[in-house]
Formats: sequence, structure tokens, C-alpha cells
Amino acid sequence: MEESLIEDAEIQNKLEVAPALISVHPSQKSVVVAVGSDLRVFDLLENCPVTLVDESDGPSRKDSIRAIRYGASGKLFVSAGDDKLVKIWSAESWHCLNTICSEKRVSAVAISRDDSYVCYADKFGVVWVVELDGIMEGKVLPSKKGAQLLSHYCSIITSLEFSPNGQYILSADRDFKIRVTVFPKKPLEGAHEIQSFCLGHTEFITCTAFVSSPELSQGYLMSGSGDSTVRLWDIKSGSLLDTCEVSILAGHGESNESESLAQVTVTDICTIPNYAFAAVAIQSFQGIFLLSCDLAAHTLSITKVIKIPGESFIPTSISVSASTRLLWMVSGASNLPGSNHPGFSRVRVISCIESSSILEDEHIPGGTKLLEQLQGKVPIEESVMSAAAEAVRAAMSSLLMKKQYSEEKREFRKRTRNDKKATQ
Amino acid sequence: MDSETKQTTFSKSTGLPRKRFYRARAHSNPLSDSHFPIPTSPAHVDFSLHFPKFVEAENKISKKVEFADIGCGFGGLLISLATLFPDTLMIGMELRDKVTEYVKERILALRRTSSDGQYENISVVRTNSMKYIPNYFEKGQLSKMFFLFPDPHFKEKNHRRRVISTHLLDEYAYVLRAGGIIYTITDVEELGEWMKACLEKHPMFESLTQEELDSDPVVELLCSATEEGQKVARNGGQTFRAVFRRIAYVS
Ligand SMILES: C[S@@+](CC[C@H](N)C(=O)[O-])C[C@H]1O[C@@H](n2cnc3c(N)ncnc32)[C@H](O)[C@@H]1O
Repeated sequence: MEESLIEDAEIQNKLEVAPALISVHPSQKSVVVAVGSDLRVFDLLENCPVTLVDESDGPSRKDSIRAIRYGASGKLFVSAGDDKLVKIWSAESWHCLNTICSEKRVSAVAISRDDSYVCYADKFGVVWVVELDGIMEGKVLPSKKGAQLLSHYCSIITSLEFSPNGQYILSADRDFKIRVTVFPKKPLEGAHEIQSFCLGHTEFITCTAFVSSPELSQGYLMSGSGDSTVRLWDIKSGSLLDTCEVSILAGHGESNESESLAQVTVTDICTIPNYAFAAVAIQSFQGIFLLSCDLAAHTLSITKVIKIPGESFIPTSISVSASTRLLWMVSGASNLPGSNHPGFSRVRVISCIESSSILEDEHIPGGTKLLEQLQGKVPIEESVMSAAAEAVRAAMSSLLMKKQYSEEKREFRKRTRNDKKATQ
Repeated sequence: MDSETKQTTFSKSTGLPRKRFYRARAHSNPLSDSHFPIPTSPAHVDFSLHFPKFVEAENKISKKVEFADIGCGFGGLLISLATLFPDTLMIGMELRDKVTEYVKERILALRRTSSDGQYENISVVRTNSMKYIPNYFEKGQLSKMFFLFPDPHFKEKNHRRRVISTHLLDEYAYVLRAGGIIYTITDVEELGEWMKACLEKHPMFESLTQEELDSDPVVELLCSATEEGQKVARNGGQTFRAVFRRIAYVS
């Protein structure tokens, strides 16, 4: 019994390690990195660090940020996470325009294509929607509460995404499922019409992104999962068009350990509108996979594996700018267990479409000034980088993998269940 | 199960399984992680194993399941419906392992003892219906769904465990075709009102009229066909019913 307690405490500890996140403005006007509770912004037009202005008198952020993203127009930016606050920022003035208090921790966010709604998913699988009327005039809105949009029954939603024309909202979860829901005219009354379910993954889903081409502007959906695959879907019917295995290649050449052939988790995918191409990050893999998608033949294939030599750089989050087609990557974690390191991040950039070359630090847009802002001034040792990558991996599996409890442990969990305690 | 235990778990006189060997905990927690196989998608469910008499060439099943009894308990409703709709495939979904095993044995025994090939159209799966309905049924596949005497979950904080809620109705509306019918009944007044209210405020459902209820042969089975219904009737308890139709809808 004590053993279980210790184990639970360990899980608790792991849960608190959050991966560093990165997001680049659609036209590369700015870049944001989130590490733990820290949101770091660099303005690439002015070539200077940005100081965020948050006049909301809510509690200050202490818990890790779990989701960040720019709206498609590049005017808004949202951040949210374990502190249960969803913050909507102007991506121009970097004023916080609104703070939404969620009842639960937030795991994913999305902004509707026309910037009029923000949706966020909480730890219980409920997706909430907030209307942003008037926010585009730069008005700071009074604190809002979300209305329930839809729900995945008691699952963790790992990704929220609007379809390219804004007709559907997609929600992916820990239970291998992607739900495609019609985004209604009156979202505050709920989104009840399910268009399809995309079913085929055999492990938790971690990330989703749309691929499109000028001929096929509606595009298809790509999803990454803990089952070592990236899959391509037609969201209208929910049919699985193709499956791309990444496990074997991820292990290839690294070492001959049998472990490298085990299942790997796809941690992030990013795409560029109108390019039938995607960059994919894989857990424990020091580099990036480039996938190409034949939208007419409905096939996905790996076109290139870019390895990052030298330091142990395993991207925890990636983002691509549509205008410059540079791929921005971050590797890092919030507070590491057993270390008083405040959390760190290392940023790297690949020019992946044209030459797939990894840019030297001084050639990154913004140069060392940008790196100082996004990485902080702390020197980063290689051992810390590997420890962070491992901590992020462990945290992710304990959060998303189905737990296989022994009979004994299950009994113990039953006895100590919260709802039972309340009745005693 | 060896043949010796088999003999005692089945009644000598009827050949049917005895319920007392399949007793289980009264309630299951639908929130906890599962320990049973979950089909990846409806295409991965091999219904030919459930309905062998409906298998045609190439091991393909000739029909799709159309009725689902959610939280079917000991299976009384399925057994009544089996003979009323002999050409319709129906499945019960039940969370409790032992109860599911009991229903399986019960159906197999009925198939064995039936002289004219009845009960070939009903079967049961063990699953958490609150999480995995989309893994079993395609869009618009079902024409009837049943929720008879579901667990009440009285406490406010446990209301999200109720099998009828606005969010779950979205999923039921997805698997039901337009015109399909959802049947609910309970002996707990508060739950009855809750289920009715959820259905009334959902834009994809409308209530059946009194005439429609009167002419539907299934309605009278709601309070008489299941074990729970019979228990309530024996104790002279009141029942609260809500029967709604899935309507066409544009968001
Ligand atoms: C009170 S019984 C009623 C059984 C049956 N419908 C009857 O009327 O006799 C409720 C049943 O629902 C089952 N159940 C509860 N939650 C469930 C879930 N999430 N998925 C499937 N079955 C569930 C329980 O195990 C129980 O057998």
C-alpha cells in the first residue's frame, strides 16, 4: 500500500513537468516560447524582446502553460494551462485583452478562423467557447466565462483545431479518438451535430494539423499518436486515407539497441497552408521528419529525416511560419524534478522546405538577441537537455498512456477513490 | 468453465444459466479506465461472431445492428424484442463483466432450446457505453436506443455520470438515424425529470405524441420486460418515461 502511495506521488511529480512550447506568427512577425509559467515573446519586425502587459488583476501565473497559439489572421494569441486561466493577447500590442477563468486545468486551445471565438478544453474533456465580440478593436473585455460547446466523456483532450474554412471544430483525445463537429452558427448554445469520428489510432492522439493545396483548399487532417504513426483523414466521412509508420525510421541509425524499435510517440506536427508537406517531431528523436502528402492519391510518405548533430536537441514543440517557411523548434521543460533549475529552453531553426539546413544561432532571425529572450540567459548544459527530454517523455506517458493496474492496485485505488472518501 | 461447474451454474429444469452465479457489484464506476477490449472502430467489430445465423458468403454479415440496449443488465428487454422483431439485429451494452457473461450464456441457452431458430438476432458486449459508442456504431446506424432504469447517481457532483446528458445525447444523435427513437424509463422521479429535460432542450430530439406512444408496441415493454422493471412493478413503484425521436437538424 505504501508502495502505491509513493508511486502515486511520483506520478504527481512527473505530471508537473511540462514541455517547452513554441509558436511563430503566421507571417513571422513574432515568436513565442512558453516554459513552465513563463511566456517569452520576441518581436521580429522590431527585432526586440517584448514585455507583456497584463492589467487583469487575477492571480499571477505560477503553473505551467500547456497550450499556446496564434489565430490564423495573426492578430490574436492565446495561452492557457495548469493555472486554469485562458489569456487572450493582442499579437500586436501584446496587451492581455481578456482573461477567462476555467474551472479546471486547460489542455488545448483554438481560435476560430474569423477571430470571433476562442475554444479551450479542460482536463475533464469538456470544450468551452467564449465569444470575443469587440476584442478586435483592441478593447480589454471584462473577464468572461466560457459556455460548454461539447464534451469527450472523461477523456483528456490533447488537441483542438478548426478546419481551414472554419466549418468544423476537431477535438482529439487520449482515448484514440478524433471528433469532427460542425461549428454552429450559435456556438454558445453548444455544438451538437457530430460530422464524423476519425477512428484508427491505437494509442492516445497527441497532435493534429491540416494539410491543404491550392486545388484542395479544404484539405485533409493529419494526426500524430503514441502508436508510432501519423495518419491522414478525410474529416467529412471520418475515413482513414493513409497511415505512415515512423517508429522504425526514428530508431534507425541511432543505435542498435532493441529499444529504438519500440513504439515511439509523435509529439508534434506542423503544416503550411497550401503546401502538401508536414514537419513531425518524435519523442526521443534528435531531429525532425519531413512528410509529404499526395492529396490526390491520398498518401503520406516520409521524404526526409533531418538529424540535429551535436548537442542532444530533441524538439518538444515545433511551429512553422507560412510566409518564410522556416521551421522553429524548441527543446525544454518546466521545472525538472530533483533539480532547482527553473526550467529551460533551447531554440533552433531549420529552413526545411528549400534546403533542410539547420541554421547556426547567429543566422536565426533575431539572432542572439532573440535567443537570449526566448532561452533566457542561463547556460544550457547537455546533461540538463537530456534530463529535460526524459522528464517530458515520462510526464507525457504517465498522463496519456492507459494505466495497467495490477488487481491489487486496482483494489487499492477503489478504496482510496475521491468520490468514496467524500461519503465517509 | 469445466463441465462440472457448468452443470450447477445452469438450471436443470430450464437449461438457462442461474443468475445467482453471476452476481456482481451493484454499481460500476463508468469513469474509471477500462480493462476490456475496445474496438478501434465499428469496422473492427466482428458482428459475425455475435450473429452467426446472419452470416452470408465470405463471412460477411447480411445486416447491421439497429437496436442498442444501453446498460442492458440481465437482458430481459433484448429477449422480449428478439421475437417481436425477428429480422432486426440488436445488441446490449453492459459494463459489468459478470452480468455480461450471464446475458451471453442466457442468449446461447435460449438459442439452444428454441425450436424455431429464435434469439439469433440478439447479443451483448461488455463495454462502457459512455465512452465507446462511436467505436461500435457508424453514423446513423441505429433506429432505436434503450435506456431502461439506468443508475440514478443522485449526488449533484455525480450527475456527470448519468447516461443521459446533453453531451452524451450529441453522440446518441450521431449514431441514431433521423426518425430513430430513444426510449428512457426510470422509477426515480428526479432522474426521470432530468432525462426528459435533457431531451427536451436538445435541438436534435422531439417528443413522441400520445398517439405515437399508443401505437408503438415497444412502449409497453419498457416497464415490463426488464428485471429492474419487474422489480419496480412487484413493489408497486411508479415509473417515469421519456420517449423522443431523433429529428433532422442543421447547425
Ligand atoms: C439499474 S441497471 C438496469 C438494467 C436493465 N436495463 C434493467 O432495466 O433491468 C443499470 C445497468 O447499467 C449498467 N451500466 C451502468 N453504467 C454503464 C455504462 N457506462 N456502460 C454500460 N453499462 C452501464 C450497470 O452495470 C447496470 O447493469
